[in-house]
Amino acid sequence: MTQLEQLADEASRLGAMAHGSVETIEAEAVNSPQRREMYASRVKVHPKRVQGRFRQIKWVVMALTLSVYYLTPWIRWDRGPNTPDQAVLLDFPGRRFYFFFIEIWPQEVYYITGLLLLAAFGLFLVTSLAGRVWCGYTCPQTVWTDLLVTVERWVEGDRNARMRLDRAPWTWGKVRKRAVKHAIWVLIAIATGGAWVFYFADAPSLAVQLASFQAPMIAYLFIAVFSGTTYLLGGLAREQVCTFMCPWPRIQGALFDEDSLLVSYRPHRGEPRGKHKRGQDWEGRGHCIDCNLCVAVCPMGIDIRDGPQLECIQCALCIDACNSVMRKVDLPPGLISYDTYRNLEAAAKGATARLRLLRPRVVIYVGLIVAVAAVMFVALVTRSDLDMTVLRDRNPLFVTLSDGTIRNGYEVKVLNKAHTERRFRLEIEGLADPVLSAVGLKDLQGGPLAFVVAPDNLHALKVFVAADAAQVPGGNVPMTFILREVEGQGEAVRRTETTFRGPGLDPGS
Amino acid sequence: MVAQKEKDTVTGVETTGHEWDGIKELNNPLPRWWLYVLYATIVWSVVYWIAMPAWPTISSYTKGFLGHSQRANVASAIAEAQEAQAGLRQAISDSDPGAIIGDAALLEYAIAGGSSAFGDNCGPCHGRGAQGAKGYPNLNDDVWIWGGTPEDIHTTLKYGIRSGHEETRENEMPAFGIDGILSRTEIDEAAEYVLSLSVGASDAAAAERGAVIFADNCSACHGEDGGGDQSLGAPNLADAIWLYGGDKAAVVESIAKSRRGVMPYWAGRLDEVTVKQLVVYVHSLGGGQ
Repeated sequence: MTQLEQLADEASRLGAMAHGSVETIEAEAVNSPQRREMYASRVKVHPKRVQGRFRQIKWVVMALTLSVYYLTPWIRWDRGPNTPDQAVLLDFPGRRFYFFFIEIWPQEVYYITGLLLLAAFGLFLVTSLAGRVWCGYTCPQTVWTDLLVTVERWVEGDRNARMRLDRAPWTWGKVRKRAVKHAIWVLIAIATGGAWVFYFADAPSLAVQLASFQAPMIAYLFIAVFSGTTYLLGGLAREQVCTFMCPWPRIQGALFDEDSLLVSYRPHRGEPRGKHKRGQDWEGRGHCIDCNLCVAVCPMGIDIRDGPQLECIQCALCIDACNSVMRKVDLPPGLISYDTYRNLEAAAKGATARLRLLRPRVVIYVGLIVAVAAVMFVALVTRSDLDMTVLRDRNPLFVTLSDGTIRNGYEVKVLNKAHTERRFRLEIEGLADPVLSAVGLKDLQGGPLAFVVAPDNLHALKVFVAADAAQVPGGNVPMTFILREVEGQGEAVRRTETTFRGPGLDPGS
Repeated sequence: MVAQKEKDTVTGVETTGHEWDGIKELNNPLPRWWLYVLYATIVWSVVYWIAMPAWPTISSYTKGFLGHSQRANVASAIAEAQEAQAGLRQAISDSDPGAIIGDAALLEYAIAGGSSAFGDNCGPCHGRGAQGAKGYPNLNDDVWIWGGTPEDIHTTLKYGIRSGHEETRENEMPAFGIDGILSRTEIDEAAEYVLSLSVGASDAAAAERGAVIFADNCSACHGEDGGGDQSLGAPNLADAIWLYGGDKAAVVESIAKSRRGVMPYWAGRLDEVTVKQLVVYVHSLGGGQ
């Protein structure tokens, strides 16, 4: 609107209500529904550097988790000839998972269920004891974001310098700094994606293949996907992932209780907050000097003094920040610290609440962890390197032969999980004078079936058992396959029960 | 638009007015980047329409410039598998069925391929488990009308039985009743004798009279003891297996009307490797000789 138009507009309005009524001013609240934006723009967070006990712990955890991630595929583990010597290997083409001394076949994938249960209950236990420890210290999103922010800080400077750089025009210096930062991010991202694929193939040979561009396409694809997500989620999206994408912040509310140790501001001690000058008396005021350092160091960009909130990943960096300020103003540390809701409530009334670690939910979680771990341990210790399954033919259920005897067919599978070739003998129990035969095995009529199973292999046998119809008067009788090892390591015996079926005898005859 | 504005006291954010068990939904704005992700997926879908087969047209569909085709993928996967199995297929092509059975690797491959081909081609009559039915032989047992050696099975599979192929095996049992060769009583007595060879006759005197009729009319093909003759395709009448039923009525019907089952020929309809795989599979079902 031009000035002239505005004046005309004003004049007409004044004219309209010239009848002595109160003037209506054209003004609208900034947060009125009409004005409010449908979509929120992101407010960039520039976490400030902080030092202290929890930062130290986070450095150690970061070094540990990153080392485990990058180095694990390179640990060697001797399993004998013709088997991979990689300690941790998920061999999908070979259908085997190797984990140090543990080696599982696809049908034993229930061990993974046990691991997932342990991970879930472990997470529940830690969360009910001390809040989002997983989020704050060990979650890959936190660790990689922390790593990439450290790089950013190293290249562009601390919080104030970074904010200045953001506002600065695009000079050559800014371009250079940004280029260096993103280049290092991309290198870290590629190293991250690159490390991932080593879990799925022999690491040293895959590394050579990758370097000489001879690796399978799928390896490059996964490196690209994981590099992309590392760069995008760790470098660019950061706290947005935790706040908007991750379901864990929504679940955790059901896992906390009044006795969980959570990173908390202690308002009874801090309030009323206000600026403080050196030498000023603390009488009649809180210990919070409103320096906002806790907000400046927060990787989520929130204010812990607003109380528990969805965004807080409980990394405890605000504790370090506040403690450093408390030292400067000669006050005891702990204005922000790990505290329970119950204690905060009590402190508001001048009392203290006892810390209760042993609560029903804690006991239940520990109990579940112990139970699952015990079941897994027993299952692993008693795991046999030999297994046999028997599948009876159902079509036809049985075959009548020319001399009137009855024959049943069975698909017998022998799993040799040992790394040596083994020789077995198959016998049956439950029928008198059975005639045994197997497809592909010769001259075994009437005698026990003998066969060889290659190391780390499965041997399938089609076995026929024939017997006189009079032995199955009721239509079926129980029968047992017995597998004996005839040489090699001892006399391993497996028994598998099945049935032998016939037409049944007419009760009248 | 919400009629009444209500603000959440803790966060100061307006609520949507929706409430569940005392919990009210806050009307927080969606992050803008989330909106951009939506736009990106829309752009992606447009790219996908152009690149991949997507839209139906009246008689066809848009092909997409990447030329993706599931059918072509399956065809190339099959061709790849056949190329990978070329050595095995060649060995099967070069060997007699008996030699295939003697080689563990060929045997495994032939049984796997034969099982699949059996389901497609043989199952409709013989049953998926080769258990047979009335008029369609059970291939699991040890009884073979035309022989159960790999070579015999191979011949039957290639040329069929009464199939019309010039090399087919065929025979013709007279319809003793319809053609008026034997009287009703004679047929009844012959049936009693045939049953006496296996399960036993219901009328011993009739069976005795039937023995003479059998010797005169049947033994030329079925043998004096009713043991049959595989070279003629004459079934063994003295065993426990009956193709058309072993009760007296079924036997009488067989004598009076004859039975002329047909098995089609497969030479020229299935390739030689598949036929040999089928031979090995059928032989491995438990009755092969």
